[in-house]
Amino acid sequence: MKVPFAKRLACRLLMVTAGLVSGQQVMAADEVNIYSNRQPFLIRPILDTFTRQTGIETNVVFTKTGVAERLKTEGANSPADLVLTVDIGRLQELVEADVVQPVESKVLDTNIPAQYRSKENLWFGLTLRVRNIYASKERTDIKAISYEDLSKPEWKGRVCTRSGKHQYNIALIASMIAHHGEAEAEKWLRGVKANLAQKPQGNDRAQVKAIKEGICDLALGNSYYYGVMLTDENQSEWARSANILFPNQDNRGAHVNISGVALTKAAPNKANAIKLMEFLSGELAQRMYSEQNYEYPVKPGVQPSGLVSSWGSFTADQISLDEIAKYREQAVKLVDKVDFDG
Amino acid sequence: MEAITAPDFDASTHHQADPVRWWRWLTCSLAVLVLIPLLSVLYLSFFPDENIWPHLINTVLPRYLTTTAWLMLGVGLLSTFFGLTSAWLVAHYRFPGRRIFSWALLLPFAVPAYVIAYVYTDLLEYSGTFQATLRALFGWSSPRDYWFPEIRSLGGAILMFSLVLYPYVYLTCRAALQEQSESLILASRSLGAGTLKTLFKVILPGVRPALAVGLALALMETLNDYGTVSYFAVQTLTAGLYDTWLNLSNLGGAAQIAGLMVGIALLLLYLERSSRRQVKTYQTGIKVRPLEPTRLSGKYAVAAATFCFLLILAGFLVPAGLLTYYAVLYFEQSWTNDFVEYALNSLKLSSLAALILIIVGTLLAYSQRIAPSKFNKTMVRLASVGYAMPGAVLAVGVIVPLGRFDNWFDGVAKAWFGTGTGLLLSGTVVAILYAYSARFLTVSLGSAESGLARITPTMDQAARTLGHGPWTSLRKIHLPLLRRSLLAAAIIVFVDCMKELPATLILRPFNFETLATFVYQYASDELLEQSALAALMIVIVGLLPVLLLNKASNNGQ
Repeated sequence: MKVPFAKRLACRLLMVTAGLVSGQQVMAADEVNIYSNRQPFLIRPILDTFTRQTGIETNVVFTKTGVAERLKTEGANSPADLVLTVDIGRLQELVEADVVQPVESKVLDTNIPAQYRSKENLWFGLTLRVRNIYASKERTDIKAISYEDLSKPEWKGRVCTRSGKHQYNIALIASMIAHHGEAEAEKWLRGVKANLAQKPQGNDRAQVKAIKEGICDLALGNSYYYGVMLTDENQSEWARSANILFPNQDNRGAHVNISGVALTKAAPNKANAIKLMEFLSGELAQRMYSEQNYEYPVKPGVQPSGLVSSWGSFTADQISLDEIAKYREQAVKLVDKVDFDG
Repeated sequence: MEAITAPDFDASTHHQADPVRWWRWLTCSLAVLVLIPLLSVLYLSFFPDENIWPHLINTVLPRYLTTTAWLMLGVGLLSTFFGLTSAWLVAHYRFPGRRIFSWALLLPFAVPAYVIAYVYTDLLEYSGTFQATLRALFGWSSPRDYWFPEIRSLGGAILMFSLVLYPYVYLTCRAALQEQSESLILASRSLGAGTLKTLFKVILPGVRPALAVGLALALMETLNDYGTVSYFAVQTLTAGLYDTWLNLSNLGGAAQIAGLMVGIALLLLYLERSSRRQVKTYQTGIKVRPLEPTRLSGKYAVAAATFCFLLILAGFLVPAGLLTYYAVLYFEQSWTNDFVEYALNSLKLSSLAALILIIVGTLLAYSQRIAPSKFNKTMVRLASVGYAMPGAVLAVGVIVPLGRFDNWFDGVAKAWFGTGTGLLLSGTVVAILYAYSARFLTVSLGSAESGLARITPTMDQAARTLGHGPWTSLRKIHLPLLRRSLLAAAIIVFVDCMKELPATLILRPFNFETLATFVYQYASDELLEQSALAALMIVIVGLLPVLLLNKASNNGQ
């Protein structure tokens, strides 16, 4: 390498760094800064609508890990206002890390039923996702089922699920512990494991695909994936091979998890951030969540999209998510103990 | 002055010339800077929320450990076989297509491991094209009618990793093989040793330091991987680490597992080094005639060409082909005008990181040569195993010290000038570059060290005798001789940064996307088709500099 070239290169690169660093300082007056566990393509359209209505810009960092750690060390100087996330476990983590603050808002209180927000108003659910059981149309003729049924011997070698360690399954297992106690839940989980058609693998959609392929007849999966698959050219035949069932309709109701939002302790744009929270819980955003992402609105009275409604109405388990969160740790260890993924 | 003759010489008891002391300080401060993220993870490991080990040992730890061991063993053997064989063929023989193979063998390197895993699963699983064709051909109708190896398995993972990681071995070994003095090989042959004997007694021992560097990189990347193994449901230590961190919210416990992984890396490096302690090979200088490759003919030529082609086919052509197919099919859904910006961000970050790391790596390696000290040696050794840690954990190791520094600085500014500075470095590109430096130092350091190790100390002495100081001899003697090794390191660092995901994801500023982070929002949901276009762009943008640098390294003979 010639020296002058190297020098020129070094100079240019230095300038580029300077540009990168200074260019990144977000300085607009009307803005909300968001750390998001949700993929940009899922939330961008809704955030853009908010910006059009209010003139408030939204800046996003999307990451699935490290949000609590980043907020904690950034401390009072953190530029972030909101955390958007899925699963009660992630929200609970923010509370434990002491990086969020309570929000007193009439709008939020009216829009979001108490069971889907924290007692101290530290986090708020925005959408609901049911943990459904998908059943093969070809090889089963059941219309009703419960989570408890998954451990019955008649389903031996016929059940599929993703890793027991996935947050959606952890929340479901935690709810089983909450309802039946740890010993019963363990017995149940061992039963489900004994019924597995294959080692837990892939995501929720892969389980429905496995039904289509004849590998298994029952699969655990979140509700919105049914919509995602039905509207995808290549995947709709997976979805059409299975019925979507809402478990435990004869007793406590189906297990429901949430996607949610929390206001950070540092929140430099607190007023704007609360505006966005209220917008997200409002009618328009709730409709969009359902139309685009096939999630269930958290706000009572908002109709889900036509496709989502067509799966029928359901009763949700009334247990509060705060309660479920208490048993997450036990659930994680239980999965190891029964070697569910092994 | 006297310190240069023997690398192990400890000059601390003697009177030291100032340059030596200066170099020691330089090494020490650079090493500490790079070590900070690693040390802060170790610091975190002292504060677990709960002691996780009893639970882990009683349940899943034995499986995590054995799976990790098998995976590393498999990847180690297979990528050595792929990489060393192809490097040896290309460096020592002439056969049809050799010129093309020489750079094309690097292509698989630009494919992220999780992407190749998705691609082969898509092709080879039950519903994939391959098995569907078989079923149509033989009239089978269900999984019970025939046996087919499960791609999502330990064996599948070993194959996937080896296919995209062998270029580490290929690149470092090829550079070493080409830098090997022809006279040494001729001497061996003239003493009556046959091809095989020359290979095992002369060529391979000379390549060993480079092989160790390449292999260490491949293995550390295997050790720190999460995406591929979790997709294949292969439970390695990272599974336990993420579980402890995210599901049990026990960052300290996760940091302990990260510490265990670093320990494994250190142990492997130590074993390799101690078994090599006696072997030292030097080349004598610039004037060595370049190695003249032997012409292969007939079936040998065909076999050599086939071997190289198959590697490129499986590691690059198949994945790139399928990605292209999906990219075209899903073009409307996947194209965005912002791609140019994402690609530029990736390019800038990766080339800056490559430049920084080449400089730091060379300085550290060179100063260990001219001003060795036991303390610095340990520091440098430690600083180069950050790669064994999963990127997300290392990112936390960057967040913590940067955040503390920023807040401290803000406090000072407030006290002295009345206005704060806010967060100066956290959430900027500096944080990402810092993480890259901590993560990939081992690449440039290893290449520089193994390159320097092949330069005989008499060269340094000659330069001293002629009155050149350390800077001048570095510029005039060592750098020209290190050119190939450093270019190889630059290529590796660049492509690694292009592919780097977990640390970039956590540390980036608002609204800042690279190609890798953009791919992730789809890939994290196993949406191969939607992520194909962006993944293909990582491969292409990653390739450009690879080809350019490779050309530069070949022309400079």
